Amino acid sequence: MVGVVVLAIIALGGAFAPVWWTGDPLEMRPIERLTSPVAGHWFGTDNFGRDVYTRTIYGTRVSLIVGATVSILGLLIGTTLGLVIGFYRRLDAVMMRVMDGLMAIPAILLALALMALMKTSVRNVIIALVIPEIPRVIRVVRASVLSLREHTMVEGARALGARTPRILMFYILPALAAPLIVQATYICASAILFEAYLSFLGAGTPPHIPSWGNIMAEGKTYVQLAFWIILFPGLFLALTVLAINLVGDGLRETLDVR
Amino acid sequence: MFPEILRRLVATIPVMGVVAIAVFALLHVTPGDPAVIIAGDYATSEDIAKIRAKLGLDQPFLTQVGIWLGRIVRGDLGTSIYSGLPVATLIGQRAEATIALTLFAMVISVSVAVPLGVLAAWKKGSLVDRAVMVFAVSGFSMPTFWLGFVLVYIFAVSFHWLPVQGFSPIERGFWPFLRHLILPAVTLSLVYMALIARMTRASMLGVLNEDYIRTAFAKGLAPRWVLVRHALKNASLPIVTIIGIGFALLIGGAVVTESVFALPGLGRLTVDAIIRRDYPVIQGVILVVSGVYVLINLVVDLLYVVLDPRIKY
Repeated sequence: MVGVVVLAIIALGGAFAPVWWTGDPLEMRPIERLTSPVAGHWFGTDNFGRDVYTRTIYGTRVSLIVGATVSILGLLIGTTLGLVIGFYRRLDAVMMRVMDGLMAIPAILLALALMALMKTSVRNVIIALVIPEIPRVIRVVRASVLSLREHTMVEGARALGARTPRILMFYILPALAAPLIVQATYICASAILFEAYLSFLGAGTPPHIPSWGNIMAEGKTYVQLAFWIILFPGLFLALTVLAINLVGDGLRETLDVR
Repeated sequence: MFPEILRRLVATIPVMGVVAIAVFALLHVTPGDPAVIIAGDYATSEDIAKIRAKLGLDQPFLTQVGIWLGRIVRGDLGTSIYSGLPVATLIGQRAEATIALTLFAMVISVSVAVPLGVLAAWKKGSLVDRAVMVFAVSGFSMPTFWLGFVLVYIFAVSFHWLPVQGFSPIERGFWPFLRHLILPAVTLSLVYMALIARMTRASMLGVLNEDYIRTAFAKGLAPRWVLVRHALKNASLPIVTIIGIGFALLIGGAVVTESVFALPGLGRLTVDAIIRRDYPVIQGVILVVSGVYVLINLVVDLLYVVLDPRIKY
């Protein structure tokens, strides 16, 4: 519950960023560079004199968009493939070896390698983060399909003449809803963290769009002089991911997933 | 036992084959001509042609796959476009810092997380249990590099107890080596610690309900003895499994942590290679790291036999 409330506040913060006494996230005021937090600049300013509070609030947008899109896309693609792979035995054996191989590559390295070949943009960050998640979703879906395939309701449906696509859609998919919703929250949380990692390493969101990761990346040279540039976006990031994880844990208990 | 080890080792070959092909295919599935992207914005058509020839991109696709696999089998990871040095040499130079960092982080995490998890399970529902769970959830949620900066700010910038960043090779003395690694290793270990503590608690909870635990307590054995010898030993399989699987997290975290603390490891090598679009280096690192990951999980599989005599191969 706490998670839902915190998440709602953060989402409202991002969606209506211009309302919350923010300024222009890109406006530079060289005279006020590296100002520590004061009345006019609650979170201080960065090395270009940009207001860290404004940038942090605007940064919410990128994180939430990336988190939501990656989890939805990952789920859609992963579920579709997982259903098909789980239901056809021949495909299953080969594809699971392929999935094992893909999952042996640490997700962050795969995402970094993908970003190295694409221009930095929010769209490409989403692509680079979805690809490593797909095999993981496929695995969850496939495991459930394997056990459900032998269920008597599927046998019954077959006896009544239902074809495979119908069985997958109306018998298997509904039973998968609960574990997938829980999985989606965890994907969302890790996507938000990974976006920050990529941006921090200079291979994520381009500098002209403020994101928590790239605000901190620009602040890293000034840790000793202006710690606030890193402190506040990081707090927002940790709080958001924590809220999503709490929602995920809550859902897991309510929906009784494993 | 020995034939089983051999069989398992052989079973990792297809997995590594998939990794090798996937790493190779990366260059080709991404939109655009890889040679143009690698050459950068200011390249002449001559530069592009040179890179294309160097990477073998002018050959038919299947020939390229064949050449690539053949080279890997021989242990040849190619040469860096930027420095002209063999990728294997570059990886060798940078391995020390990363191995030291990840090993240190692993030792810290396991030695803190397992006792915490056992304690939380034993005192289920108590304040200690709740504190451990809160710690575990926050551990998952904190961005690694941010935690690194916070620790640097507290222990290096404010108190001057530890160096801000940098690395000191072990040859130059053990104490400087350790001093430089404490903050990065603690930073890196947090996520891993959270993961292991959570799994230890869950696994212990399952075992503590068993009859033989009640019997052991009823016999009047000391709680410490029961928890470690009776409960933890039987709860250890999932814990060891998560230690193996979580190694991927550790590697991912190492890339970011090295960047925060300016450690000359594989993570820095990768990040630099990405900025320079030095693709052979990126491919080499991914291949080696994935290989290590597969091997670690193989060792975990074999450890099962040691931990649970009922499992026979």
